[in-house]
Amino acid sequence: MNNFPILSFLTFLPVLGMLIVLFLPKKEVQAIRITTLIVTGLQIVFSIILVMGYNYSAGGINDANSFQFKEFFNWISISDFAGIGKIKIDYFLGVDGLSTPLVLLTAIVTFIATLSSWNIDKSVKGYFLMFLLLDTGMMGTFVALDFFLFYIFWELMLLPMYFLIGIWGGPRREYAAIKFFLYTLFGSIFILLVMIGLYFSSMETLADGTRVFTFNLLELMNTANYTETGILSPLNPNNLRLVAYIALFVGFAIKIPMFPFHTWLPDAHVEAPTAISVILAGVLLKMGTYGILRIAYPIFPEITYQLAWWIALFGMINIIYGALAAMAQKDFKKLIAYSSVSHMGFVMLGMSALNTMGISGAILQMFNHGTITAMLFLIVGVIYDRAHTRDLEAFGGLGKQMPIYTGFVTIAFFAAIGLPGLSGFISEALVFLGGFGSGTTRILAVVSTLGILLGAAYMLWTMQRVYLGSLNEKWKDLTDLTGREYAMLVPLTIIVIYLGVNPSPMLNLMNASVNAMVKFIADAQVFYSSINTL
Amino acid sequence: MTESVLINISLAILFLPLFGFVVTLLLGKKVKSIYLFEVFILTIVLISAIVLAFGKLSYFIDHKIVSEIEWFRLTDTIVIKLGFLIDNLTVLMLFVVALISALVHYFSVAYMKGDERYNRYFAYLGIFTFSMNGIVLTNNILMMYIFWELVGLSSYLLIGFWFEKKSAADAGKKAFLVNRIGDLGMFAGILILFLTYNTFSFDTIFQSISAGKIPFNSEFWLTLTGILLFMGAVGKSAQFPLHVWLPDAMEGPTPVSALIHAATMVAAGVYLTVRIFGLLTADAMMFIAVIGMLSAFIPATIALTQNDIKKVLAYSTVSQLGYMVMALGVGAYKFAFFHLVTHAFFKACLFLGSGSVIHAMHHEQDIRNMGGLRKKLPLTYATFLLSSLAISGIPLTSGFLSKDGILASAFAFGSLTGYWIFAVVGFLVALLTAFYMFRLIIITFHGEPRDHHKYDHAHESPFVMAMPLVVLAGLSIFIWYTPNPISADQGWFLTKWIETPELHAPNSTRFDFMQSEVVAETQQVAEHNSSHGEITYSEKYTEAMHSAHYPAMFLSLFVAIAGILTAFVFYQWKKVNVEKLTASIKPLYNFSLNKWYIDEFYHKTFVAGLLGLSKIIYWFDATIVDGIVNGSATVTRAISTFTGAFDKYVVDGLVNFMAYLSGFIGLIFRRIQTGKVQTYIVLVIFSIIILFFFF
Amino acid sequence: MMEVGLNHFLVVSTLLFSMGIYAIVTRKNAIMVLMGVELILNSANINFIAFSQFGNRGIDGNLFGLHGHLIALFVIVLAAAEAAIALAIVLNIYKTLSTVNIDEIDNLKD
Repeated sequence: MNNFPILSFLTFLPVLGMLIVLFLPKKEVQAIRITTLIVTGLQIVFSIILVMGYNYSAGGINDANSFQFKEFFNWISISDFAGIGKIKIDYFLGVDGLSTPLVLLTAIVTFIATLSSWNIDKSVKGYFLMFLLLDTGMMGTFVALDFFLFYIFWELMLLPMYFLIGIWGGPRREYAAIKFFLYTLFGSIFILLVMIGLYFSSMETLADGTRVFTFNLLELMNTANYTETGILSPLNPNNLRLVAYIALFVGFAIKIPMFPFHTWLPDAHVEAPTAISVILAGVLLKMGTYGILRIAYPIFPEITYQLAWWIALFGMINIIYGALAAMAQKDFKKLIAYSSVSHMGFVMLGMSALNTMGISGAILQMFNHGTITAMLFLIVGVIYDRAHTRDLEAFGGLGKQMPIYTGFVTIAFFAAIGLPGLSGFISEALVFLGGFGSGTTRILAVVSTLGILLGAAYMLWTMQRVYLGSLNEKWKDLTDLTGREYAMLVPLTIIVIYLGVNPSPMLNLMNASVNAMVKFIADAQVFYSSINTL
Repeated sequence: MTESVLINISLAILFLPLFGFVVTLLLGKKVKSIYLFEVFILTIVLISAIVLAFGKLSYFIDHKIVSEIEWFRLTDTIVIKLGFLIDNLTVLMLFVVALISALVHYFSVAYMKGDERYNRYFAYLGIFTFSMNGIVLTNNILMMYIFWELVGLSSYLLIGFWFEKKSAADAGKKAFLVNRIGDLGMFAGILILFLTYNTFSFDTIFQSISAGKIPFNSEFWLTLTGILLFMGAVGKSAQFPLHVWLPDAMEGPTPVSALIHAATMVAAGVYLTVRIFGLLTADAMMFIAVIGMLSAFIPATIALTQNDIKKVLAYSTVSQLGYMVMALGVGAYKFAFFHLVTHAFFKACLFLGSGSVIHAMHHEQDIRNMGGLRKKLPLTYATFLLSSLAISGIPLTSGFLSKDGILASAFAFGSLTGYWIFAVVGFLVALLTAFYMFRLIIITFHGEPRDHHKYDHAHESPFVMAMPLVVLAGLSIFIWYTPNPISADQGWFLTKWIETPELHAPNSTRFDFMQSEVVAETQQVAEHNSSHGEITYSEKYTEAMHSAHYPAMFLSLFVAIAGILTAFVFYQWKKVNVEKLTASIKPLYNFSLNKWYIDEFYHKTFVAGLLGLSKIIYWFDATIVDGIVNGSATVTRAISTFTGAFDKYVVDGLVNFMAYLSGFIGLIFRRIQTGKVQTYIVLVIFSIIILFFFF
Repeated sequence: MMEVGLNHFLVVSTLLFSMGIYAIVTRKNAIMVLMGVELILNSANINFIAFSQFGNRGIDGNLFGLHGHLIALFVIVLAAAEAAIALAIVLNIYKTLSTVNIDEIDNLKD
């Protein structure tokens, strides 16, 4: 069992599924769906096996030895390439407390999204092929530990997403898809530039003693590996690390999405089919913050330290700006999209605190936001499937017509508001405790608490406009939840409540890594400041 | 009986209502009579609460039982715990909550009969009781905040229970949001506490303060922490300026108003302030006293003119809560809690009484359509009257004892500090309270019926509704609290059950009269630098209270009777033409009738401002931010159009020209290419001949 | 009397070759073209034999032997075979297209 390449299996299981789907005839719609469902279901099973075999005391972050379920072999190795020297790209997978919650989240959300894709009836085969490819891209991004491999998975996601929005989307799907694609690609270019810059700034010592350029993220985190002249080397007095950090950050921030790079999100969400919105908000947004935590933070710890206040500032802007923008929405889905902007602000605020509570809160918030927002988008989907409109003003009194559905809505909304007893509270509280605990971000954290109030305001207002009040006669034929919708909402509800009451399982998963990260950044800060004074 | 038994009973008290909630909610659709389960559970909770109170007060009266478990941990030093703190305050409060909750359950069985969401109503009552018990039982501020929010949720659900009515849905939303404003302050306070002490536990925090550790090493921050935490109470206890949600909350079913918005949840704010009393500085207390005073006065003036029976009671609730908060501000810790308990009983009785009236009148709430109900509803009238006497502060009632204590404290506070305003306003409010309560009674129960149709159909409530009224009215009599009907000072409630709180704020930040005095003989105390629990109230305050007792008592009795008599003069004997009087002070009357226009003010400023801001932000988002994105797309497209043209006409033109040129050349030479072998042979031969010539 | 030497043979052969070329280039009739080809083949034969007879001697003083003669014999045989096959093709072409005019036979052109 120990040698079983579980991460590769998790990542490439969807590709296997794609092969099967590819050989199924186009007309066998049900078989295609069920294949996808089985594949995503297996992913859940394997990610649970992963968690069961997880060593809670291993930190990860920059220490290759404490990464778990590692898989490592030389993937591309060219001994002398066009005068650059030896090119070495590794196939290096591994998880730590940072990625395990997200692997789990990806598996869960994808499974739910598969169920939600059941009512797609336009070229089903193509849809599920794209869907599975997307799944591979997402999983791969979370488990890759080689920058090059990471980048490949990162870009791999983009393509199926483009088609999923552009073909199966709403009326303005082309616009939304192109906007999404170009925006993200724009960000990717920054990441690519930094990646190449880092490659030429650091050298890894191989077992035989030779030194080669490296894409290995863990090697890039080691200061000793940097060359004296590399443009992104801290040893080079004229280095461009600040610029590179900002570029990298912007690249990831587009995915978060961070103000002012967030406008692709509402458009993409409004046009995307429900299942894709679920994945987009549930998993894809997390990649931005994951990328920052996995790559930007440990590779540029001193700049992170330097810019923590700015990260918190943008977090705060996201929280308040997103909430205010959400309040002005007339489209249900757009409202939820802006609420995502607001909630991802909490993640950024928590990250910027650079202390245990803040970063734990941020990662937990990533997981919780994934589940809560998935619920919210499913809720919009339920109503859109029935009424074919998302106009908030058009509804009213659905609580009477669809009581069980409204029960789920209440849970999801209050989870989004951060009601204690539901998962959102713990992560938000940790974020604030962390943010307030760090001297740098203290004031910003206090201002951000306004977000709690604004969040409650727009959520409850929505609640009232759609579910309370007298029933609009037009909707008196709407039916309550179907079995499939139960199957989507109930598991998420259970997660949301369970993690609200007992967050320990998730927090224990990440504690060692968070502490390693905090320690690493603090140590690195001391180290780098000693370099600068020399 | 051991401590662990008490803890187990507390666990049962806490979690049984949650269990009731889950079962009732899940089975509500299928099992019609599942509500009986919830009622049954509450009965058990009540019995447990009585057992707990009895056990605690008889066996562990001086003990503070604390039990903690780890909730989750981040590192070895950051461990978040949940825990119980069972002291006398806890068990008394639990008893109040459990009793009123159980009575409200019984009352609701009849009151809510026939409602389409009957079972769900009981489920909501269950989750409310769970959350409220959580607030009472907790030993740390975070857990209190958690349950604090959960009562907010249950309040939201119950106010908006009849959500088909827009006003009810609005009121629920308003209650939640206004409470959230207060909670923000409380949360900020919690942040400061955790940052400073790395714990949420009250005891640990107090010990650290006593040891001289205060936030940011600044007394100002300690004051601010106290005020911020108190913000939570301002929201939950509907104190000015966040009181606006409570009158609206009357949209909920009347038993809910009795339980949540009169007796228990709104008292949670006072309970919180009681719990954090030890860390309040003089400045914080002054702030609290001022807020309490304003909250006592403003709603009392509004209650004078309201015509909705529940609205009158709601404003009176705010006013009475203001009393309690003011009492805490002037340092009368015991009387604040005492008034909390007595008020809970008589106000719940008043609300349930009004429920009984509303039930009898088929959901008529306007007192102008009532009158003469005394004959139809004798029992309701009797209990209502008794409770009104209690709230007005007439001797032999519990309200007299507690209110008199608060007024005497305010009086003493005035004599010690020179701030007489609290005493003056206190007596003024007592006058107003007596007046508006009896105005309510006279218009509702006395005189002639105004709506004969409804009057004729009115009927006394059934047993399940009458019984709670009787129990609660019974608890409004002095005998439960003290053997002496004019002073509670020597009664068991104030001497045995409630202890004088320890103060922990540094001596220099307290009022002079509340400073710890190091007694010369007890060297130990001196050595430990006042960090141990010596008596913190100096004799000065007790003496001042003592000398204020009789003047305050007579004065309060005088104003109460004056208020009642005025009401009788105005409304019963009609010696004064009320219409004319109100007409002559029209602006003042309207000002009161329209609740000081506070709602309108908030609507025009905060609500409109927020909505406006959100519109502006969205406009900014859609036009500027997205505009830049789309603009850059447009610019890119324009550039690409240009490069496209360049590409098409210049670059590609060159390529095409080359092709054309070669085509032209080909055209010339293609003539040679005839396809006839003979021609080729001729050419070959000629070529060879030419080659021969050259070489 | 003039001695017949190598040059005479070459002149004859050249004449034959030129006539053959002329026939190939100018005739439209496929059979005539074939005739031309035969003439060229025979001019080559003459050359082979002439060079075989008058050409340089080997190191051992012998002629190159009968190489030229042999090849001429081969050519004659090949020419016969070629003529047989070519005539058969021409015959077949005539059957299908009713013409032996090479300019008109351009079915492969398009």
